[in-house]
Amino acid sequence: MSGLDLIRSAISNTFRSKTRTTLTVLAIFIGAFTLALTSGVGTGINRYIDTTVSSIGANDVMTVTKTVENTTSGPAKYEPNTTNVESATGRPGSTVEAITAAELDGIRAVKGVDSVEPVLTARPNYVEYNGGTQYQASIGGFVSGMSLDLAAGSEPSSGTDTYEVALPVSYVEPLGFTSDEDAVGKTVTFGVTDKTGASTTVDATVSGVSEAGLLGSTSLTANDALTTALYDAQSVGLSSSSKDSYASVSLRFDPSSSDDQVSTIKSDLKALGYDATTVKDQIGSFKTVIDAIVLVLNGFAVIALIAAGFGIVNTLLMSVQERTREIGLMKAMGMGAGRVFGLFSLEAVFIGFLGSAIGAIGAILAGTALNGVLANGLLSALPGLTLIAFDPASIAVIILVVMGIAFLAGTIPALRAARQDPIESLRYE
Amino acid sequence: MPVPVLAARDVKKSYGRGAARFDALKGVSLDIEEGESISIVGKSGSGKSTLMHLLALLDKPSTGAVELSGRDAGALGGRTLNRTRNQTFGFVFQQFFLTPNTSVLDNVTLPLRIAGVGGSERRRRGMEALERLELADKAKNKATDLSGGQKQRVVIARALVNEPRVIFADEPTGNLDTATGAVVEDILFDLNRRTGITLIVVTHDEDLAAKTDRSVFIRDGLIVDRKGESA
Repeated sequence: MSGLDLIRSAISNTFRSKTRTTLTVLAIFIGAFTLALTSGVGTGINRYIDTTVSSIGANDVMTVTKTVENTTSGPAKYEPNTTNVESATGRPGSTVEAITAAELDGIRAVKGVDSVEPVLTARPNYVEYNGGTQYQASIGGFVSGMSLDLAAGSEPSSGTDTYEVALPVSYVEPLGFTSDEDAVGKTVTFGVTDKTGASTTVDATVSGVSEAGLLGSTSLTANDALTTALYDAQSVGLSSSSKDSYASVSLRFDPSSSDDQVSTIKSDLKALGYDATTVKDQIGSFKTVIDAIVLVLNGFAVIALIAAGFGIVNTLLMSVQERTREIGLMKAMGMGAGRVFGLFSLEAVFIGFLGSAIGAIGAILAGTALNGVLANGLLSALPGLTLIAFDPASIAVIILVVMGIAFLAGTIPALRAARQDPIESLRYE
Repeated sequence: MPVPVLAARDVKKSYGRGAARFDALKGVSLDIEEGESISIVGKSGSGKSTLMHLLALLDKPSTGAVELSGRDAGALGGRTLNRTRNQTFGFVFQQFFLTPNTSVLDNVTLPLRIAGVGGSERRRRGMEALERLELADKAKNKATDLSGGQKQRVVIARALVNEPRVIFADEPTGNLDTATGAVVEDILFDLNRRTGITLIVVTHDEDLAAKTDRSVFIRDGLIVDRKGESA
């Protein structure tokens, strides 16, 4: 029997006992449905984290800080040529040893580092549009390679000298714009007070409007030119050494670097006395937790599938029993044991395919419906989050895994059929 | 003397061992010539079915040999044996063994499907076989919806479809009334005479046996009588 005929016969045999097949398919459906849904939640949340992450920083960027000396065995000695700056991550008011402009060249010399830029903290007092109400503004820098979840317009361009900024959606109406689209292209004004107490303003063009994400939802995103301009404006009156002291610097490396190359860069920096973290490092632990939860949920679904596997064993054993004579006849007519085995295990695989395909389709429909309900209800505060997302590859993997389980379940009845003695099967009287 | 298409050489077959040992055949020798019709006659338990199974290469003798066209069939391996059985033999059973809920045509073409013949070729040859048995109009019917006589004609069509050299008919009329049985007998003998297919009938019915060229009578695993032998 040719392979195609074998598949065709197996499929038509599946539908011979409709009730039995339906019940078995239903059992698999439940398992596959759950599995597709739980892995959909994993995909959805991780995808959300990925888009949110790309608004925090680009993939080819490391944040470099001075390694904090171990102070458990007493305080660290003062080094005369160092300055302290406010820590960005420590307890409020705490300081870290600053990285000075002179040190940047040392970092730049590390193999694999493309460029090093200090992370400038711009602290404008307010932002206003067209002389309207002034609002507090916190600015986040924008590095090329980063991507914003945009509601309108485009990301601030990094390669230009024009000052550009992306406003979060929550600023659009208070500033006096009629809509997200209306804000794009308009000029807003930032007010800055320098160290001498003098006030200056800096004008910037609104390049786009960003959606509120998990992180930085109320931050304005400025391009390098604007950040530098704001920093320069607020630093008037500072000594050049304190102006050029940075809590952290951002370093770019070749985006095609392998994980090994990245960790080499990190260890080289460590040897120089710097700590470097990539965006991946910051988010990695978060994802690990979610992956673990999803894994446990998937485990439950797999248990359901194994139970359904016994259903397949049962169904096919009954089928082999009923078709004893047919099997005997086929063997008498010269069908080999391997082909008989193939016929029954293909039937099992087909039952598995039916259950998992219908389960996956059901999960996609249910997931889409659930997303719609959640987006307007429980999760309305997190726009851009699709809780249950489906990745064609993972759906394909689920279907293949279920077909694999079904094949394993089918081997027991299929072996029994293959071993049947044609004479025994055809004996009567 | 031509080489017999099938031959049994002092074939013995026993089942079980020790005290439970049962000798189904105790030394049977038989030559079956190409194109003849022969009946193997005996009561149930006589060993006639065992002999048929051995001749049809469904089983191997404990001692002795079955020869197919002069060659020892015991030497054939699994795949060759299956192919030989598929191409050489056709089977007609008393209990039909038709696959329920499957069309008549699909039932008839089962041996071709097993042989791996392509779809259109299969349909052509299946319809040809059905036409020979005047069942072409039933090709699309479910096999289980037919009358007994029609079912047995489907079974004969199935036995013929792969153009075998030998047809084994095991109690071919056992499940049919006299009139229908007679029709089926006529079909089988007609095939034997006109196309030269070797016909081996296994039966306990001596009237049916009398219609074959010759008969061998089996009792308790031994040939006790032969009728119609030329030599």
